[in-house]
Amino acid sequence: MEANKVLDAKGLACPMPIVKTKKAMNELESGQVLEIHATDKGAKNDLTAWAKSGGHELVKHEEEDNVLKFWIKKG
Amino acid sequence: MTVKAMTSKEVTQKVFNKDSFFILDVRNETDFKDWKIEGENFEYLNIPYFELLDGVEEIMDKLPTDRDILVVCAKEGSSIMVAEMLSDAGLNVSYLAGGMKAWSEHLEPVKVGNLTDGGEIYQFVRIGKGCLSYMVVSNGEAAIIDSTRMTDVYLDFADRVGAKITHVFDTHLHADHISGGRVIAEKTNATYWLPPKDATEVTFEYQPLEGGNDVAIGHTKINIHALYSPGHTIGSTSFVVDEKYLLSGDILFIDSIGRPDLAGLAQDWVGDLRESLYKRYRELSEDLVVLPAHFMIIEELNEDGSVSERLGTLFAKNHGLNIADEKEFRKMVTENLPPQPNAYQEIRETNMGKINPDTEKQREMEIGPNRCAVR
Repeated sequence: MEANKVLDAKGLACPMPIVKTKKAMNELESGQVLEIHATDKGAKNDLTAWAKSGGHELVKHEEEDNVLKFWIKKG
Repeated sequence: MTVKAMTSKEVTQKVFNKDSFFILDVRNETDFKDWKIEGENFEYLNIPYFELLDGVEEIMDKLPTDRDILVVCAKEGSSIMVAEMLSDAGLNVSYLAGGMKAWSEHLEPVKVGNLTDGGEIYQFVRIGKGCLSYMVVSNGEAAIIDSTRMTDVYLDFADRVGAKITHVFDTHLHADHISGGRVIAEKTNATYWLPPKDATEVTFEYQPLEGGNDVAIGHTKINIHALYSPGHTIGSTSFVVDEKYLLSGDILFIDSIGRPDLAGLAQDWVGDLRESLYKRYRELSEDLVVLPAHFMIIEELNEDGSVSERLGTLFAKNHGLNIADEKEFRKMVTENLPPQPNAYQEIRETNMGKINPDTEKQREMEIGPNRCAVR
């Protein structure tokens, strides 16, 4: 999936992955996609809930070698 | 500004003392609904931390100024962030050290009673998850029953009371938590007892525990008498300790009874469960004190934080022991059951020795309440 921006949040503990995601998202236009890489297991539920409450769309999610990858489309 | 850390032990004392307390839980709503810190006089507000990144102004009027506030999250990072924001806004708050991860692992030892000739029995209350384990101590020797994976707690405790652990038991193959039995037995050279019918697939050596087995602890011979009581699992075995305490495992709880479905054989085991509760237990003395392997709701705790009740009282009051109609009983324990414990299949496989997840993975598998009971 094509992303407009990639955020590396690997090795960061909660709340940093979301703090950084929020900042990165502010720099995108509506409809653009942010790709996030994280290793904190809690990121999955939190990013899903955060995207929903912020009106963004979690388009895709996968796990590869213990790295969680998310694609979120800005609402 | 710095904020205070509150330990799980301190929060446990507030639960035991029924203190009035306010918890601001900043995990996401799904996690909060699934599992939280329970206290009879606790009040809650659940606002995910990611909704507070721009400030806490919006929730200030929902927080009390006359009571202690504890901010809670999964691992502590987010709760520190939110606690600092609240502290800057003028509130006196602390955060839960180690978050729900630490809460899930905290064990609080409570002395349940004295045994013959100076022996003692202790209950280890895993307050966050509702698991109960036991240590029987007599004349320098100790036995542990249904231990959790926090094995150091038992080893340190045995050291402190000057006892050598000689026997380790599991009443059944657990599906809700990872047993520390094998690790403790390896570290102390104690004998590890498991019901053979639950252990058909285990990959390690154990001593088969069967109904009628008697094990002595200490030279004053505190007697641990095994009583086969299938139903939660096919091998489930209860113990009568010192002819006074009935360790009922996951068969009988204070306000509920065991569920027969966690190994996928509810229909096969419901008859066993009925037989254990309505026949085998009925033959025991009503004066035995029941010590289960779980509690489900915080109201089951006694004044001192322990979980126990006279068997006769349970025959009178526990709904699960008072269903005369067998069909109705069958229906209750096989239909409309609560969700199964998190990762229960993987937990069973870990307890069989088939998989060996690392500590972080084990923690994750055990997230949430125990859910071994039906009411």
